[in-house]
Amino acid sequence: MSVTEATNRDRGVGEPAFGFWRRSYAMLVKEFIQLRRDRVSFAMIVMIPVMQLLLFGYAINTTPRHLPTAVLIQEDSDLARSVLKALENTSYFRFTREVHSVAEFDDLLQSGKVLFGVEIPRGFERAVRRGDRPALLVAADATDPVAAGSALGSLGVVVQTALAHDLHIGDPPAMPFEIRAHARYNPAAESRLNIVPGLVGTILTMTMLIFTALSVTREIERGTMESLLSMPIKPVEVMFGKIIPYVIVGFIQASLIVGIGVLLFGVPILGSVVLLAALTTLFITTNLSIGYTFSTIVQNQLQAMQMSMMFFLPSILLSGFMFPFSGMPVWAQYLGEGLPLTHYIRIVRAIMLKGAGPANLQYDTIALIALMLVAMTIAVTRFRRTLD
Amino acid sequence: MNLAPASSPDIAINVEGLSKSFGGREVVHDLSMQVKRGSIYGFLGPNGSGKTTTIRMLCGLLTPDSGEGTCLGYDIRRDADKIKRQVGYMTQRFSLYQDLSVRENLEFVARLYGMPDARGAARDMIQRIGLNGREEQLAGELSGGWKQRLALGACTLPNPQLLLLDEPTAGVDPKARRDFWNEIHALAAEGLTVLVSTHYMDEAERCHEIAYIAYGHLLAHGTVDEVIAKSALSTWTVSGDDLNGLAAELAGKPGVDMVAPFGTSLHVSGRDKAALEATIAPYRDTRGWHWQDSEPSLEDVFIDLMNRSKDNFQ
Repeated sequence: MSVTEATNRDRGVGEPAFGFWRRSYAMLVKEFIQLRRDRVSFAMIVMIPVMQLLLFGYAINTTPRHLPTAVLIQEDSDLARSVLKALENTSYFRFTREVHSVAEFDDLLQSGKVLFGVEIPRGFERAVRRGDRPALLVAADATDPVAAGSALGSLGVVVQTALAHDLHIGDPPAMPFEIRAHARYNPAAESRLNIVPGLVGTILTMTMLIFTALSVTREIERGTMESLLSMPIKPVEVMFGKIIPYVIVGFIQASLIVGIGVLLFGVPILGSVVLLAALTTLFITTNLSIGYTFSTIVQNQLQAMQMSMMFFLPSILLSGFMFPFSGMPVWAQYLGEGLPLTHYIRIVRAIMLKGAGPANLQYDTIALIALMLVAMTIAVTRFRRTLD
Repeated sequence: MNLAPASSPDIAINVEGLSKSFGGREVVHDLSMQVKRGSIYGFLGPNGSGKTTTIRMLCGLLTPDSGEGTCLGYDIRRDADKIKRQVGYMTQRFSLYQDLSVRENLEFVARLYGMPDARGAARDMIQRIGLNGREEQLAGELSGGWKQRLALGACTLPNPQLLLLDEPTAGVDPKARRDFWNEIHALAAEGLTVLVSTHYMDEAERCHEIAYIAYGHLLAHGTVDEVIAKSALSTWTVSGDDLNGLAAELAGKPGVDMVAPFGTSLHVSGRDKAALEATIAPYRDTRGWHWQDSEPSLEDVFIDLMNRSKDNFQ
């Protein structure tokens, strides 16, 4: 009896040597072949990490500089200009708007168009010369404590710098005027006040995308698409039928997150609940439309998941959820404007923390509607009505 | 390019010169056919012969590369939406929702076609296809025969004028197949036109007319008798001992185009009657074989057509 025969007998009839490894190897070879055939998945394997690394590396800045600032100048004097110059020299402030009334000043802050507002009161220079120690107001949108923090910390040195530039004041007292910082909306700089509203948007983005991203590919993979296409239904009808149920699901989900935020984390809703509900529904629908669009583009469910990831990652990084939006380079801000989460995060923070009304939120609302319509148009045109 | 002939009211399908390629491979080549209203038209051919592609072109699921025609009087290129309202298409693979129940699937179809009483229509159809008692069962849990009935029920639910059935009886037991064909004949008697693709010869013989398609070419069409007559095939049926030996000896000899065992007998066929008879002459009345001049079966004709078309097209 040969050795091989003996081994075969020990292993049972027909059991080849190294069976475990051979079978594992067979499986492994098959998986590699399938992976190679799925070009889109293959591309994503490379793209997801590269994109993530580039975004983290280049776009994210936790001590943002050159933040948009509005100025309310009620007096045009040399000293006022020196103060503004000194503020700009800290490199934290960038004057983007000049306003002429307190109402306009408040409105810009509330809508999130600027992060800071500087008010130079009437008779400022004269008060300084008289030695009255007048106050200069720097109001900050402190909803995001990270974004506002370093800039507010830099204010201490501004007075000295301003005075060094200004030689018109004869013999100033040690502190001829003061800068009064006013951290609005989140004075205690509690990060949960900022994070909870942002989480509403982030969670909704993730869940809504997945709901619809799989919807068309699932029909194709299960073979039900063939019979669906042979029936008299139009692409728009398929889309609405697939999106609307999840609008309701999303709405329930959003109510749950907001409810927990308010009850457990004590986040306020200063603005209108109805407005919040309406714009949240819009945001949900926009995400569902984008997910549905992915579904009409990709070939299988795995690709749909990967495409959703490709969209979700920049949404978290570039929307202002995790890192201050205004701290990002301009190109990243443009990318961010193309993401629904960016606009919704502004909306939800503005309504919950700042009590903003519809007039403050026009731009972001229109942006969400535009993104939704673009996605729906692509989806309807991309939807294949035949099996060609 | 030819204009499709104006279709008369008693023609359900009238297409001319349909061609379709996938990735440079021509799957259907210059196919023309006419199907009369109220008839059962059998579509036969080997796997990959273009049957499914043709059916999909007829109901607007695929756009022909060239050729034109009408289905129920509607242009197959321009009026796909109108055709879809009047046509029931039963796919080769079960394509209803596995995770919906029988009743839910039927109600979905009824609503999609805008039927006024979807629940009622679904209930009636469950009765008709004999699925009562199973209406709440998930479609995915049904056995093959029941799935096929449900699929037929779903595509006849919106009262179509034309049924396109793509291998509806594949993998179904003989009893279920017979019931299915009885149902098809009942539907045709009500005025429905049925185009059905199949591999089974006994099913072909249940059709009013048949067409045979191989490698994308329509090779023969007409009634079963017409197709057999047109084949000009002579067939001898041999019974006796050692038929395997005889088959081996005869194969490839002049005049012998085909030798096929049929149970305890052997079919020897050829297109050249004289040559065939000359070849078999020495074998007749020897070794106890019994030779009988007989009609070729439909299968003989189809295998012959397929062999010949392979020479021509491959």
